[in-house]
Amino acid sequence: MSVKLKFIEEKIARGFMLLSILIVLFFVLNVLYAVLRRGLPVLTWEMVSSLPGGGFYIGKEGGFLNAIVGSLYIVLASTTIGLLIAIPVVFYLNTYLKKTDRFAYVARIAYDVLFGIPSIVYGAFGFTIMIYLGLRASLLGGIIVESLLIIPILIRTLDEVAKNIPQDLLDSSYSIGSTRIETIGVVVRQIAPAIATATLLSIGRSIGDAAGVMFTAGFSDSIPTSLSQQAATLPLSVFFQLSAPQLEVQDRAYAAAVVLTVIVLILSLSGRFIMNFFSKNKI
Amino acid sequence: MIVFPTPVQTTLLFYMNYRYLKDKVAGHLMFVLSALSLLLVVSMGVGLYLKSAPILADHSLWSLISASEWKPMKNEFGFFPFIMGTAWVTVLAVAFALPISLLMAVFLTEYSRPWLRRYVFPLLDILAGLPSVIYGVWGTLLIVPWISEFVAPSLSRSSSGYTVLAGGIVLGVMAIPLLVSLFIELFSNVSQDFREAALALGATRWQTVKHIVLRKSLPGLIAAVVLAVSRTLGETIAVLMVCGNLAVAPGGLLDACYPIPALIANNYGEMLSLPLYESALMFAAFILFFVVLVFNLFSRIVLRKVTQY
Repeated sequence: MSVKLKFIEEKIARGFMLLSILIVLFFVLNVLYAVLRRGLPVLTWEMVSSLPGGGFYIGKEGGFLNAIVGSLYIVLASTTIGLLIAIPVVFYLNTYLKKTDRFAYVARIAYDVLFGIPSIVYGAFGFTIMIYLGLRASLLGGIIVESLLIIPILIRTLDEVAKNIPQDLLDSSYSIGSTRIETIGVVVRQIAPAIATATLLSIGRSIGDAAGVMFTAGFSDSIPTSLSQQAATLPLSVFFQLSAPQLEVQDRAYAAAVVLTVIVLILSLSGRFIMNFFSKNKI
Repeated sequence: MIVFPTPVQTTLLFYMNYRYLKDKVAGHLMFVLSALSLLLVVSMGVGLYLKSAPILADHSLWSLISASEWKPMKNEFGFFPFIMGTAWVTVLAVAFALPISLLMAVFLTEYSRPWLRRYVFPLLDILAGLPSVIYGVWGTLLIVPWISEFVAPSLSRSSSGYTVLAGGIVLGVMAIPLLVSLFIELFSNVSQDFREAALALGATRWQTVKHIVLRKSLPGLIAAVVLAVSRTLGETIAVLMVCGNLAVAPGGLLDACYPIPALIANNYGEMLSLPLYESALMFAAFILFFVVLVFNLFSRIVLRKVTQY
């Protein structure tokens, strides 16, 4: 009797598991479908290629090029800064320090915690600092906050891979006379695919983040020409236009949402591809 | 006898010293960079605390947390509705995401063939990668109308659709990829020997999962859920767009709510008008920071311990 029961239970459990996969598949398609169906018909070339015109916020001519370029500036600058800080830190944690080092443990936990802190808190904190320093919302502020936001992501992703670099490989580099810092070339080559994936991951995170830049980068209708000017970003452009009463303005919000979704889709799929493609060649 | 080094040797020595020096200096620089993480956590806590000190001097902590009147102009700052709003949405989201993620992770590690995994992982990548404003758009386009046109009438209630339920569903979907990836990592850490021992005794796969895999990874599972809770707590734009933003503590799934991140994001423009107002919002940020910090510390320490070997 109980033998039969356990097979029935097995069947039921398997059924529920398949169901869970289907539910997730449904949600993915549902989200994409909702955004694309509403946004694609109203997306025009003018919207992605022109700045907001005079009557933009009552539904007249213009597009959201300002937001696209603003997002691009912030993302490129913060990713560059992020990589310049993350790679040395990961290198330091994995070569200079022993696996059991107390400081390495504490630093890793600290980056874990930073990874978990919501972007709205980064935004609020950044805003406080900027007020304290007498700065106004600007491109620079947005870049700094986004850098702080993605550095933990970069470090965590790179560290996962760097941890698995065989000690033998480092030892063979030392044994032909390299110092630890000179071994950085070996380490970077080993974690190169991870650097690519982590970069894509953090670009995706920072291009989609709205709460962090809301306070710090502000919003403007023109493309910023200096670091001290305010900059528009895509998520905020979606958010602000969506709350407008006019249908034409809302249409543009949905169109901007399509642009954002497509960018993120490309990023996340190519990240997975790179990881699959390069992980074959690792030692 | 004193041996003077030849010029070649001197150059070589100098060069060696230079390389050691470079090694040392780079080490110190990178130590400082690594230590900045710790400094950032501490300075964030201290900074937000200092900013919220004025309101803590004016009102007691307990009265701030338990009062439910939010009238900044009249100097009444009650965070109770916002705390309750956050709690409702978070609990609902995790309760919604947990069974789906658990079953999915079990399936992917214990049952599925590799080819299926190749198709399912990109799905999770997409879910994880979509920005929260896109989830907000999805929520307003589909979930909110669905609630106001189907769910509420079928319970013979009327609702705008901007509710706890909408927030819970949207945040739940957002939490699924994080939970699944944490669970998969935990399950693949359970030694294969245990599974084989159970299967050899005649257990079915589900029995193995139930009695061995889940039990072995229980501490990790708890930590993963805590981590997902802390991630959900901080979601801003999505809840801002679907929760209704009504500063009253919700009494049920079909009431509007106003979570703490939405409060901060919504009022940043006007908060500079009153010094205490700004302080109150920074206090809200401090609450978030503190809760997330504690949850993260707990779960990350547990997860690191569990997955170390």
